[in-house]
Amino acid sequence: MIVDLPRFLKNEQSAWQDLQMLLDRLETEPDAALSLDEARRLHTLYQRAASGLARLSTSPSERGIRDYLEPLVARAYGEIHGRDAVRRLPFRPWHWFFRSFPRAFRKHWLAFALAFSVTMVGAGFGALALALDPQAKSAIMPFSHLLGEPGERVANEENQSETSDMRTTFAAQLMTHNTRVSILAMALGMTYGVGTWILLFYNGVILGAVCLDYIAAGESVFLSAWLLPHGSVEIPAIFIAGQAGFVLAGALIGRGSRSTLSDRMRAVVPDTATLIGGVAIILVWAGIIESFLSQDHEPVLPYGVKIAFGLVQITLLILFLAFAGRRKAKWEKEAAL
Amino acid sequence: MGEGGGALTAGTKRLVIRLEEGVRFSRELASPITRMLAVLVDLLVMLVFMGIVSRLAFAFAPALGDVGVALYYWAGFVIMFGYPLLTEWLWGGQTVGKKLLRLRVVDAGGLHLRFPQILIRNLLRPVDQLPAFYLVGGLVAFFSPTSRRLGDLAANTVVIRLPRQILPDLEQIAPTKYNSLRADRPLAARLRQRIEPDLAGVLMELVLRRDILLPESRLTAFAAAATVLRRLGRVPDEIAEQLTDEQLVRNTVDLLFRQEIAGAGILTAVDTRKH
Repeated sequence: MIVDLPRFLKNEQSAWQDLQMLLDRLETEPDAALSLDEARRLHTLYQRAASGLARLSTSPSERGIRDYLEPLVARAYGEIHGRDAVRRLPFRPWHWFFRSFPRAFRKHWLAFALAFSVTMVGAGFGALALALDPQAKSAIMPFSHLLGEPGERVANEENQSETSDMRTTFAAQLMTHNTRVSILAMALGMTYGVGTWILLFYNGVILGAVCLDYIAAGESVFLSAWLLPHGSVEIPAIFIAGQAGFVLAGALIGRGSRSTLSDRMRAVVPDTATLIGGVAIILVWAGIIESFLSQDHEPVLPYGVKIAFGLVQITLLILFLAFAGRRKAKWEKEAAL
Repeated sequence: MGEGGGALTAGTKRLVIRLEEGVRFSRELASPITRMLAVLVDLLVMLVFMGIVSRLAFAFAPALGDVGVALYYWAGFVIMFGYPLLTEWLWGGQTVGKKLLRLRVVDAGGLHLRFPQILIRNLLRPVDQLPAFYLVGGLVAFFSPTSRRLGDLAANTVVIRLPRQILPDLEQIAPTKYNSLRADRPLAARLRQRIEPDLAGVLMELVLRRDILLPESRLTAFAAAATVLRRLGRVPDEIAEQLTDEQLVRNTVDLLFRQEIAGAGILTAVDTRKH
């Protein structure tokens, strides 16, 4: 069928322009609520434009009209179907961190268990490597301040009566560095999880080697007091970043799933984003603790206080991740109706 | 298969979305080269921001001390990750670079772009950038039928090229001029019957795009089209001699895409010829 294009254009043009204006408004005011009449009009105009496009696609027609109409139909389709999916609920930071984040964590706990296990295997490997070959210390540990004898470092730290005047800078460096590492651990999930696995294993190797080095030197108390205050949240945060990476990898591999790759990724993106967002918040806290608490040693700060702080903190983190957000908020119940 | 019952396929350069209700629309995908140019523009914007921040940090260093240096570290981090996130979220999938090159990030299923998608596609940049200059992302996009880097695959997004949304001027078909082909009804019927829809579309494109062709190319194109029309329609010599090649093509397009109402002389009705 050949369409009488000039007549077709004359009849449809005003409806298309109305639709374009409506879409422009919706796109510039994403939170704007449509009245029932406006929603009906949007749907009618979309159907009219879509049927026009279908009509053009069955006949030879001027490409410019299709080039005009296709994006218009695509935008309208996105607005109509996407709006239902998004529901346009306002973002609630408090709810997101204290409910959505622990829920996403629990939903993918197997991926967390995998991240934890890979790091622990790495830690065992690092400790074993250092026990069998103490000369390997320089190859395993990337940080120069860890290469010396633990006993000497402890003596030096405990003899320092003045605290650094660059603590805020140090905190900022730690936060940004750890967040970068976490983002990388998550992003490497797109290498089918291989990159995430390697990164976590390597982190584990360093952690295991450092722990063995200090324990073997009889500095277990110093090690606990140094690592626990910030490590009790920083290390789990890296596990959660790895968890996010393995969630992505799981969706990419799609083992046992009949969904398409596109649908599998669509299903995990919100949780992955929530997990990595939660990690960033935890790492900000960890950076502050590492800079302002972990670097103070006896006699400035008793080791018992630091260890107790770390233990309380990790207990709270476990309770938070295990139980927070189990009950639905009142507005969630209302929104679900 | 997208939400709403749509199905997703990709052509060479276009993302085609088919919906169960029979509607089909496509978006032109941005090439990896165009995307790289947009990235370079964005890099320039970020460098400008960083330059401003470092100047401010330098100016206020004596007053802020340790806090000033910390703020500088934070600003660098926030600009690097925050700039593409914020601009794509606020401008509906566009950064400064994408705006300049008329590109936009959209959901691969044609749905509304959501914040988690923008977050994930931007957080995956460090992997796409490996080992340097977006080599991994560029290679993945090059071999991807939908030109997607890893970040786009994870977030289920694509980057499209935005066409200029201007309706063509169909009055160029010259509706008010006398069309000698209509006077010869057997000839008009022959042309309508023998010209396939694809050829009709090509003739329409030729008429509407005549002004962008070089004079020599225009003459060659109209001459070739007229030769085909004369052969298909067995156009009588007395009519063929009266019309130039371009006039013959224009009149044929007018004949195919308009139909007059008997007696009114105004061209309005729809040709319902079926093949």
